[in-house]
Formats: sequence, structure tokens, C-alpha cells
Amino acid sequence: MHTKVRVQTTINGEPQEFLCEPRQSLLECLRDLLGLTGTKEGCNDGNCGACTVLMDDRVVTSCLVLGVEAQGCQITTIEGIARGSELHPLQRSFLENAALQCGICTPGFIVAAKALLDQQPNPSEDEIRLWLANNLCRCTGYDKIIRAVKQAAEQMQEVNA
Amino acid sequence: MKTQEYTVVGTRPIRHDGVDKVTGRALYGADFQMAGLLYGHILRSPHAHARIRRIDTSKAEQLPGVKAVVTAGDFPEVPERMVDLGEGDTPLSYARGNVLAKGKVLYKGHAIAAVAATSVHVAEEAAGLIEVDYEVLPCVLTAPEAMQDGAAILHDDLKTKEFGEQTGRVSNVAEHFRYAMGDIEAGFAQAEVMVEREFNTATVHQGYIEPHNATALWNNDGRILVWCSTQGSFSVRDVTACLLDVPVSRVRVTPMEIGGGFGGKIPVYLEPVAALLSKKTGKPVKIVMSRKDVFEGSGPTPGSHMKVKIGARKDGRITAAQAYLAYEAGAYPGAMVAPGAMCVFAAYDIANVVIDGFDVVVNKPSTAAYRAPGATNAAFAAESVVDEIAEKLGIDPLDFRLKNAAKEGTRRADGPKYRRIGCVEVIEAMKNHPHYTAPLGGPHRGRGVAIGFWFNVGLPSSCTISVSADGTVNLVEGSTDIGGTRTSIAMQAAEVLGIPAEDVHPTVVDTDSVGFTAVTGGSRTTFATGWAAYEAAQDVVRQMKERAAKIWETEAASVALDRGVFQSGDKRMTFQELAAKLDQTGGPVVGRGAVNPRGVGGSFSGCIADVEVDPETGKVTILRFTSVQDAGKAIHPSYVEGQMQGGSVQGIGWALNEEYFMNDAGSMTNSSLLDYRMPTALDLPMIDTVIVEVPNPGHPFGARGVGEANIVPPPGAIANAIYRAAGVRMNRLPMNPPAIMQAIWSQRD
Ligand code: FES
Ligand code: FES
Repeated sequence: MHTKVRVQTTINGEPQEFLCEPRQSLLECLRDLLGLTGTKEGCNDGNCGACTVLMDDRVVTSCLVLGVEAQGCQITTIEGIARGSELHPLQRSFLENAALQCGICTPGFIVAAKALLDQQPNPSEDEIRLWLANNLCRCTGYDKIIRAVKQAAEQMQEVNA
Repeated sequence: MKTQEYTVVGTRPIRHDGVDKVTGRALYGADFQMAGLLYGHILRSPHAHARIRRIDTSKAEQLPGVKAVVTAGDFPEVPERMVDLGEGDTPLSYARGNVLAKGKVLYKGHAIAAVAATSVHVAEEAAGLIEVDYEVLPCVLTAPEAMQDGAAILHDDLKTKEFGEQTGRVSNVAEHFRYAMGDIEAGFAQAEVMVEREFNTATVHQGYIEPHNATALWNNDGRILVWCSTQGSFSVRDVTACLLDVPVSRVRVTPMEIGGGFGGKIPVYLEPVAALLSKKTGKPVKIVMSRKDVFEGSGPTPGSHMKVKIGARKDGRITAAQAYLAYEAGAYPGAMVAPGAMCVFAAYDIANVVIDGFDVVVNKPSTAAYRAPGATNAAFAAESVVDEIAEKLGIDPLDFRLKNAAKEGTRRADGPKYRRIGCVEVIEAMKNHPHYTAPLGGPHRGRGVAIGFWFNVGLPSSCTISVSADGTVNLVEGSTDIGGTRTSIAMQAAEVLGIPAEDVHPTVVDTDSVGFTAVTGGSRTTFATGWAAYEAAQDVVRQMKERAAKIWETEAASVALDRGVFQSGDKRMTFQELAAKLDQTGGPVVGRGAVNPRGVGGSFSGCIADVEVDPETGKVTILRFTSVQDAGKAIHPSYVEGQMQGGSVQGIGWALNEEYFMNDAGSMTNSSLLDYRMPTALDLPMIDTVIVEVPNPGHPFGARGVGEANIVPPPGAIANAIYRAAGVRMNRLPMNPPAIMQAIWSQRD
């Protein structure tokens, strides 16, 4: 047994403390220690994007971050995207555009797309494609995902206008 | 094409499970948690072919935190018999041998032993402490190699079946079969042009993003409880029961949400092993594959070696066609070459045909279904040759296909005659699409087309519907929802009941809680389980009419239901109003539907692909892509489009990049998602879709399965587009930059 380390962090706006082994990834800590299983594992080596979370507003693949690195950070996972009982515009547009089939990639796409729209409210199709190239989806062929992100961007701009 | 108008069928409601899936709340197999859970890890063979002399697990067992280790010897001894694994019969010893190897390992990644421990890291460490003494054997990795005299033999007891007869000859060819029709010699004699080509395609993987997983608890009452991500909860139940030698009723499988499958999550790998570990420890055990395990230890789709010869007259009629298809089954027989052989010329009306199929075992993972299994390989070969013939004859490639298209009454070489099909309509829709005549807009660009066919299967499905007092209904079904089928099934019930899709609450339940339901595969779920829902809804309507008749003191036969309103004479009551009165009129209403439908209608698909080939690097860019498919009747058009787009993009990946890159020792050298390069958002344009609707006379709403046919044409279409862009006819998949440069250089010489 390895000595566990105490980690203090903020997850989805709430202060959160946990004990983890130094070798445990943030993905593992979120899923197995904190029960936040909305963040998915597709490869555990940084190549599928299913485990995407925000770390101090940076997009990271949580399988490549150690749990101990979360010390003092603000983490946002898919569970923290909806605003209370109201879905985030991205979540709504994913539903309206049928942008998910099996849905295993969806949390990663929504978290990554949120980070894009936070910094670029009006992205072009190419910008969306480039930004989301870290996230693999095997079911949809991406068409409906790209449309969903565009629609969410438009709706968010209307609200802000 | 116009089909009958419906109220719910053909609309686009939000899927019932959608909110849970965009908020992270939906529980997939790997998300399953339980008190006392142990974690399993599987030790896999580092060799492609070796005899196991000895396995020593003692060091692993001594590692603190390790609770149990199992090997093939822990399976009960069961006499050999044939078992149905959800996609046809297999000898039990093969099914068991693939789950944990006995005596020999047949591919790198073959499971040998499993450990259960208090953490996944301890389990992994312990697996590394298991000592296996191997006698490494020579390996064979391709069909032509494995078919040679003197090739290393995988199974000493595998004897070739030829034309249905046992030959008694031990070889790597499990079976050689032939479909023949007409007089092939005479057909070729009539031909004025003839093209014969040879093709090779690499092993590829379905590439679902969620790795295989299973949790099992061998409970103290002797029942085995399983939670997993599978395409077929009942086939997991049956296979697990069979390998553990217990009656099926002892096993209960709860299907968790599933993160993609495409055929690859029909076979059973982990469940019986997790159950053995649970039996030894008395605790629930969860095993999740790593991505490397998924590539090396699950079931990819066969690589193939093919020859296709087609002859035609100058007027554009095909006179004869011949195919030779040798598919690599991987470690155990079952390469899905029969469906490939049935599909290779299935889109055409040809009088004289011979198709030879060979099911060949090689030292690669045992293959599984992948979306229209077997058909994509074959269509790549056939559609390339068809394109070349059309070019030689100077006929537009779509006109040539139209002239020879299969229609109602056309007989396929394997026997069946088509009922009403939409092959001609698909080709016409391709011709009429603005994409087909749009300018290409630059040099090194080309446009290619191809068409393809895939069956649908029926198979058993069950469903119950119970009416709630508020006028909504609860629908219970057994088909894993892999891409929106809860909704497409619920919509068919809603249409019958005359209520909105949102008022049907569908749930996928465990194997104790619903009647037998076959796998989500063969494009069958919306078709067959939808049909079960249709029947269950009819049953509800029949009972509700009786209740209305009771209230109105009239005959049930005089009560009609129209758009959710029951009527008899001048009396009217909505579905909702009547639902509130069930208690007073006799108690709950529960409808049931159990079907094994025969009216399957095949689905045709076609695509138009524009590519640009970089003459310096051989890189192919997809500029524009249009997919056309006959859906019979699109129940939920958004999810039909989604199937078409997803299948198209898998076909694009198969065409351009994807392959198991094997070294000479039989080791896959690209077993990560970085090196096994599936298409990303950046590699693709939007995928346009055209849904053609030629109603299937064998389904209440005319639906055809739509999940698979869309993957069949893309590699052929892209090959044909590359030819027009770069002047080279490609004869292998993937058509990656090195392959294309080689073709360009060899043409220059
Ligand atoms: S699981 Fe982290 S990128 Fe795939
Ligand atoms: S919806 Fe299945 S991987 Fe994206």
C-alpha cells in the first residue's frame, strides 16, 4: 500500500477534499473516490477525450493528470455544467440536434465545447472542428455534434445580446 | 418517395434517455459500484502462437491485496457441444478457449489468467507476477499464408468442411463453401468486356469508445448476477450459464448503458471470468479492459484476400460475376465470410454467378461482427471492378449500376428472391442529388460512387406496456439502446395508442424482468423490438376498448380509437380520460408483445464521395460526402441520419487509415487510439444524408433496419474517387499515403 496524500480542491464550485495514492489519476479520483462517474474512460492515455474536464478553465484529459495535481485547483466536470435544474445551452442543443448516439463521448464533448464557447463565443465550423479534434466520437460522424455546438453558440449570443 | 403520414412516426422527439446522457448521470457498465467490490485484471499472452507448458500463480496469490487468481482450469469440465453465442453456433470449447486459453495461446492478447484484488493497480501488479512457461510456435497472420501447405496449424482438431461435407483434412481452412447460379462459363463467354482484380484488406476494429466491462456477483443463494455493457443481455446470460455449467435461470444480466458496440459487444469475454473470481472470493468483481486489451483481446473484423471478376456486354448489362473471398477469422472459425459472399453482388441482377468463400483461422484475435459484417470488404472489391467496367464501356457509373440494379423478384446467388426493395430508388436519388453534378473545383480531385446491401434480421423480441392513471404508459423492453432505440421503439407504441412519444416511458430491463430478446444487431432493434412494442400497444388498445365499452354499456367491437380518442356512436373519451377510470372498470391494463418477425426487408445504401489526393504525399482529403439509404420508413429521421453519418465515417476510416499493423511476430504495433487512427472532427466535412423511403411490406410502419448498410459503400466509393483524382486503381485497404504513393510511383515506372 502506498501512503495516501490529502488533496484539497474545488469541484464544480464546491470545496472537496480527498485522499489518494500518488499514482492515481484525476480521472480515477473523480470516478472511483468521488463517485463522479459522468467523466468517462475510453483509453486512459490521452487519446480519446472521453475524460475531458476543466482545470482552472484549462481543458485537460483527466486520465493524464494525477489526482495530487488537483491540489488548489478549480475542477469542472460534466456534473457541473447544468445551471441548477436548467440545462446548459450546449446540453439542450445536443439533445435537440440528436448529437449523441451511445453517449459515452458526450460528457467530454460538452465540457470541451463549453471551454471553446467561453473563450470564443462565435466559432466557425473549422474552429469547432479543430478544437474538438481531441475528442473521438465513433457513433455520429461528428456532423450533428458540430451543428449542436454552432446552435448553442448562436443561442448563447442571442441571450447575451 | 412519399409514405403514409403518421402522427408520431416520422417526427423528431427528444430521446427519453437524453437528459441523463448530457448531464453525466447515465450509468454505463464501468460506472457500476457496489459495496465490497473487487477489481479484476486479465493476464494476456505476449506471443501470437505458443503452447502453455506451465502456469505458476503462487507469487501473484501472495501479493497483499490479492483475493483470487483463476485460469482455464477453473471452468467446470463440460462435454463438447455446439452453443449459440448470439451470432450463430460455435463449439463450446472455442467459446471457452477464447475467454481463457487452455493448452495453447492463439494470438497476442489471448487471455490466460485473471486476478481479483482490492484495487485495479494491485490486480495489475499481481498479473505481472504470474509465471507462464511458453513453447513459442511459428505463427500465420494472413489468409493466403494460413492456407498454404505446411503452414503452422492453429487447431489440431480443425478439419476443413468443403461444400457442406467434412473432408477430414486438418488445416486452417474451417470451411470452403460456394454459391452458384446460372452458367458462369456461358456468362463470361457472352461478355464483351471483362475485368478481374485482386484485393487485400487489413484487419480493422469497430472502435467503440467504451472498453468492454463486466461486474459479476456469485451470490450466496447460488445466483450469478451480472452488470455489463453488452449488445445482448440474454446472450450474455446464456453464454455465461453455458461456460459455468449452470441453468440459464441461475444467471441474471442487467444491461447497463453501452458506449458503442457496432457488433463488437455481442461476444462475451469478461463476464464468466468475473463470475469465477466472484465464486472464489464471495465478493462482486469488476473487470474493465484497457484500450490495448480492447484492440488485442476483443474481436476486430476480418482482414481479407479477394478476387472479383465481372463480364458485361457493350450495352451495359453484366453477364457474369465471380468472386473468391478468403476472410481471416482470427483464432477461431467464424469470419463472417458467408454474409460477405451473400452481399458481394447483392445489389445487382446477374444471371450467372459463382462465389467461393473461405473461412480461415490465423493468429490474430478472434473476429467479431462489425456493422454489416463481411459486406464492406466484399463491396470494396465488387464496386471497384464495377466502376472499372463502366469506365471501359464509357457508361456513367450510376447509369451502369441502374441498368443492372437488383429489384423485386431478383434472385441472389445464395438463393433468396427479393421482395420490394429500394436499390433502384437509392441509385436514382444519388443521380438526382446536386452533389453528383457539382463542379469539383480544383486539380487532383475526383468523385466516386458506390452502392451496397445489407440484410436485416428479425429474431425474438419482447415488450410490455402498462397504462398509468395519468394517461401515460410505461414500456418495458429488453433491447440494449445503443443509439436512440428507446425512442424509436416508444414512438411506434405511441403511434398505435395515439399519444405523444413523450407520454411513453421506455425502460430497458434485466433478463429476469422481460421476455427473451435477441441482441441489438443485424439492424433489428427498431424493426423487431419496435414491432413487439406495436403488438403490446395493440393489446393495450384492445383492452382499453373493452373498458370503454363497459362504461358505455356497448360492444367493444363498436369502439374505435382515432388519434388518442375512443369513440362509439356519439360517445367520446380521450386515452387520458379512460386511463383514469381503469381501477373502476376492472383494474390495471397491461399489454404484451412477443414477436419473432419474418418480414425483414433488406436495406440498400449508396454514397458519393469527393476527394483530393496530394500528389506529393498521397494524403487523401474528403471534400464532400453524401450518403443515401433506403430506410423503408424512417421512424425517427434524426437517428436514421445519425446511423448514416456514423456508418459513413466508419467506412471513411476503414478506407483511408485504419488497420491492425502487425509485425512478423504477430504483435499489433499500433494498439492505441493515437496510432490506430480513427477519423476526428478535423478530418471530415459535414456528411449529407438522403433518406429514401420504399416501405417494407413486412413491417407495420414499413420500417427497414438502417444501422448497417451505410458502412458498405464508402471504401469502394473513395477508391473510385481516388482513381479519378490520381489515376491509380487501389487494390488494398487502407488506402493510406504510403499505399497511394506506391501506386502512383509504380504507374510512373
Ligand atoms: S480516457 Fe483520457 S483521453 Fe481517453
Ligand atoms: S455517441 Fe457514441 S462515441 Fe459519440
